[in-house]
Amino acid sequence: MLKINNLTKRFGGLAAVNNVSIEFEANKINAIIGPNGAGKSTFFNLVAGAMPPTEGTIEYQGMNITGMACDRIARLGIARTFQTTMLFEESTVLDNLIVGHRLRTQSRLWDVIINSRRLRDEEAKCRSRAQEVLDFVGLSHIGHRITADISQEEKKRVAFALALATDPELVLLDEPAGGINPEETENLAGLIRKMVDHGVTVCLIEHKMDMIMSLADKIMVLDHGEKIAEGTPEEVRNNPVVIEAYLGSDEDAAA
Amino acid sequence: MQDHANSVAASQYRGGIALDLFLQQVLNGLTLGSIYGLVALGLTLVYGILHVPNFAHGALYMVGAYVSYITMVDFGANYWIAMIASAISVAVLAVLCERLVFNPLREAPPIHDKIAAIGIMLFLEAMVQMKFGAEFRRMPTPYTDILDVAGMTIPAQRVLIIIGAFALMAVLHLFLKKTMTGSTIVAMAQNREGAFLVGIDANRVAMMTFAISGVLAAVGATLFAPINLVYPAMGHLLIMKAFVIIILGGMGSIPGAIVGGLIIGFAEAFGGFYISTDYKDIIAFALLVLILSVKPTGLFTKGVR
Amino acid sequence: MNALQKISDFFMTPAMKMVLIVAAVLFPFVAGNEYQIYVMALAFVWAIAVYGMNIITGLCGQLNLAHGGFFAIGAYVLAILTVDHGWGFWWAFVAAGVAGAGFGFLAGIVSLRLKEHYFAIFTLCVGFIIYLLIDKWEELTHGALGIINIPAPNGFGLVDFTETTPFYYLALTFMVLSVWLAARITNSLLGRSFRAIRISDDLAASLGINLMRNKVLAFVLSTTYASVAGALYAGLVRFIGPAEADVVHTFDMITYLLVGGIGTLMGPLVGTMVITWLTQSLQFLEEYRMIVFGPLLVVLVIFFPRGVVGSFLGWRARRMAAAQDAGKSQENAKKKSPTSPVATNREAGNHA
Repeated sequence: MLKINNLTKRFGGLAAVNNVSIEFEANKINAIIGPNGAGKSTFFNLVAGAMPPTEGTIEYQGMNITGMACDRIARLGIARTFQTTMLFEESTVLDNLIVGHRLRTQSRLWDVIINSRRLRDEEAKCRSRAQEVLDFVGLSHIGHRITADISQEEKKRVAFALALATDPELVLLDEPAGGINPEETENLAGLIRKMVDHGVTVCLIEHKMDMIMSLADKIMVLDHGEKIAEGTPEEVRNNPVVIEAYLGSDEDAAA
Repeated sequence: MQDHANSVAASQYRGGIALDLFLQQVLNGLTLGSIYGLVALGLTLVYGILHVPNFAHGALYMVGAYVSYITMVDFGANYWIAMIASAISVAVLAVLCERLVFNPLREAPPIHDKIAAIGIMLFLEAMVQMKFGAEFRRMPTPYTDILDVAGMTIPAQRVLIIIGAFALMAVLHLFLKKTMTGSTIVAMAQNREGAFLVGIDANRVAMMTFAISGVLAAVGATLFAPINLVYPAMGHLLIMKAFVIIILGGMGSIPGAIVGGLIIGFAEAFGGFYISTDYKDIIAFALLVLILSVKPTGLFTKGVR
Repeated sequence: MNALQKISDFFMTPAMKMVLIVAAVLFPFVAGNEYQIYVMALAFVWAIAVYGMNIITGLCGQLNLAHGGFFAIGAYVLAILTVDHGWGFWWAFVAAGVAGAGFGFLAGIVSLRLKEHYFAIFTLCVGFIIYLLIDKWEELTHGALGIINIPAPNGFGLVDFTETTPFYYLALTFMVLSVWLAARITNSLLGRSFRAIRISDDLAASLGINLMRNKVLAFVLSTTYASVAGALYAGLVRFIGPAEADVVHTFDMITYLLVGGIGTLMGPLVGTMVITWLTQSLQFLEEYRMIVFGPLLVVLVIFFPRGVVGSFLGWRARRMAAAQDAGKSQENAKKKSPTSPVATNREAGNHA
């Protein structure tokens, strides 16, 4: 599904991501772990098209998407969430989700001015899609609430829903369980499994090891921008290089 | 034969004038550039540390000029006393702005602190205009001599501006490099989150930075006002040019502000002289439009901003 | 349901629009004197410009400090074409709108590559360039003298727009059209795309929204609004000068927008009306209005960043959400024995 070849990103002289190659299979949960500053977020940004790589290629479903603009990549079916959830706090939850399906619509300014049939159809479509994804993440009972008033975990779910509203085949989740309690983390893991059950491929960055080890099909470990290991949770857990890397930066081992 | 000799002499003479005028423009460029540099420095420090584009900085400069003017004209104080009084009052004013306005807005969306800064600017200008009227005033200076250096006539105040500005920059440099407070400011400018982690008192640094920016603006104003005019809107153009300078120099960069100030100073001095006086104020902005059209991240920035 | 609720509900109904329009139509008949009608017409013209600012700044989140400059471009294009080139008013009016769009497009494709602070500073400079050109380019703009004897809109022999009251209705018509278009945009998918950009460029791009195309569109719409308002202004006031391009006008418009409610549909109108009539009733403020406006801006962004309309809408939305929650829990209580909220959450999480 996603094939990364020799991906490198340098800022000035510093390589944030250095010569990383990996392949992620469809319908699997792929995790990226590593100490702080290992280049995980940069890796995501490269895949999502937020910045062009210095070297290397990214292939998505056999298509070369290296250096493609973010919005085009989104239209090809790669969605993402961010470390900090960004939502329109003043609107209702449902209102936030409607724009998620905008990329599958065609209406332009002219449609808006004449309030065309196409626009009305597409708005209805976006609205029903928003309702669907809201149901999917289990929040249909709070769709009418003001986003500022819902809990952190609910906001995380709304962010998932927003990503899902774009009809993605691959979803990149950047620390989905950051800042929420263990029980909620459990629930969120359930939701991630459910996404995969519905045919979405997931790729996530996470610090919570328990969650990763029970959830992921495949794990890639980054350290100082380089891939130091990949494999099943079992393989990664027993890999001496990984243990070394984590012991080297003890504050992350605890997380 | 005679004619020929005459024309040679004339052309030599003309060449001399051309050179003289050229040097005069160099001097103008240095004067303008050093003032621009001072004002831009304050702006870039505040931006680097708090990520606030302080649109009120020009108004602080204007207030600085008025404080000096009043201390000298109404209280009959010495020029240097006036400068100190101005530096202190503007520093206090800047710290007040930080405490009352920018600090509460630290977590607000980026559009809010800009609007608040504009609000401060409008308020200060209107206050000064109400108290002192919109008319232009000329600030006296004790340094009215005209120096004669290698055949060039140089007003003493201009020499004072250049020396004063660069001396202040040197002091600032020493402060940032050699003192504890200075190095915390630099550390915070380079990495805000990191600075918080190692336990730097962000409030103190923020207040300190605003105070420094106020001092720079006030001293700049007191130096420049005698060869310019004092009026409520005097900060308008200057603040816009200062913004151009720090965009050119890279927002938050200290050497960038100085170099950028000199670039704009020279561009205006020469552009105003050799191209058109009418449009000399447009040069800075045209330069900005041109440069940002080609390189949206500014001249001296590298990597991500 | 208390009285407050009923009044607030009424504010949201279509009937409220009719009430507002009828009130505006009747205003000249109840106004004390012609001057008040003139002030109202002028307020409508400014409101149109503020609606433009609301599209790029309120919806799209890009603080455009050149807005007054585009207002002046509209006014000057109209004045130059009618006075110096003998164009008819309405042709010149259309040209003013087109010029606003055209210059807006050019400025937009350069400036909108810049983010946040850079964009604000850049547009501040663009506004100043516009001012300087108007002030200095005497052959074209008559320089500091300004342009006098600008014709009033052509009434085609039916109406005389040199009279205040007919012009009032003309301004009202354009204002209603502006609000109507703004409403269409705000409530449509297009407006939603703009608002996604306001939250964050990164988020919008990750949702497949083309940042540049949408931002330029919002910017061109806003500059068109500004130049149309400027052209109307020239037709009302009949003489213009470089002061029209002064950045102070931009700051005035920001104040209107913030007081009314940035990003809301009725905010621009409410803010413009409130501030215009406030300044009118406090005449002494005219020259020193910034002594009040400046601190007002600061207080607003710190304590009421959503303005009059935004605060009202927020309050109402909360009430409605609470009412819906109350309704739901009653239903649940009827259906089955009450469950703990956690359990209901779970249940909701598992269906679908």
